Amino acid sequence: MATNTEVSRRGSSAATQASSGPAAQRGQSAETPIRPPVDIWEDKDGITLCADMPGVSKDRLNLRVDGNNLIIEGQVQLELAENAEALYADVRSSLYRRSFSLSGELETGKIEANLKDGVLTVHIPKRAELRPRKIEVQAS
Amino acid sequence: MFGIPSTMPSSVFDELWRLQQEVDELFGSWSSPLGIRSLPRGSFPAVNVGQTPERVEIYLFAPGIDPKSLDISIQQNLLTVSGKREVGAREEADYYRQERFSGEFRRVISLPEDVDPERVQAKYADGIVQIGVQRREAARPRQIEIH
Repeated sequence: MATNTEVSRRGSSAATQASSGPAAQRGQSAETPIRPPVDIWEDKDGITLCADMPGVSKDRLNLRVDGNNLIIEGQVQLELAENAEALYADVRSSLYRRSFSLSGELETGKIEANLKDGVLTVHIPKRAELRPRKIEVQAS
Repeated sequence: MFGIPSTMPSSVFDELWRLQQEVDELFGSWSSPLGIRSLPRGSFPAVNVGQTPERVEIYLFAPGIDPKSLDISIQQNLLTVSGKREVGAREEADYYRQERFSGEFRRVISLPEDVDPERVQAKYADGIVQIGVQRREAARPRQIEIH
């Protein structure tokens, strides 16, 4: 778990980086990005998003909040020989990109991210004052 | 054609169709004829196969799995990979999307005939299983000199 925490810290620092990652620079290319499959769920603390981004290492992940949007980008790196040629390919792009619009009750400044074995987990907490409160119905 | 709502500009669909055609044309040589054991695109894990005269490299895009739980075997030129990925659903959480694959998987990949099943290496990094198989010497192309 120790390594996990470390990844989480680095991941969250990546979240604060502006659009300076390698993926952002290549974002101009004509390559059609892959939409990574995601799971998104909400509990009382906030919203968590999990995205499958195999082949993306921490330094090639670019996670950022632009205005109201959460933008996930990553560049796949495969260990390929110089003279390699493709025989078969399900994956035909080396760029992942997907974005989601956030809503006002989420604390975008406190986003935590963790990248492990090609799975990106992003936790977006809700503002404390906006977390749902159980309303007791008083019996009269 | 498919009852497209009249408010949708049909040019969007034309554009998508054109893109699809372009992609098929570009990559058609890889996918046709289809391998008898191939799975439709979108199956888990996605597979890419590359070759050099010396080696064949197989990349399995399998994020979030324990590589030790994978069962990888090779018989002649058939590589079989099977395993399981459990994406456990949280209780007390409301799901908006569940797109990630969960469950058991199995893929069989036909490799070129000249691979040597005795010389295989596999490693796992960043959610990709990379399997390298050596090819037999005799099958490699050789430069023939004219004297």
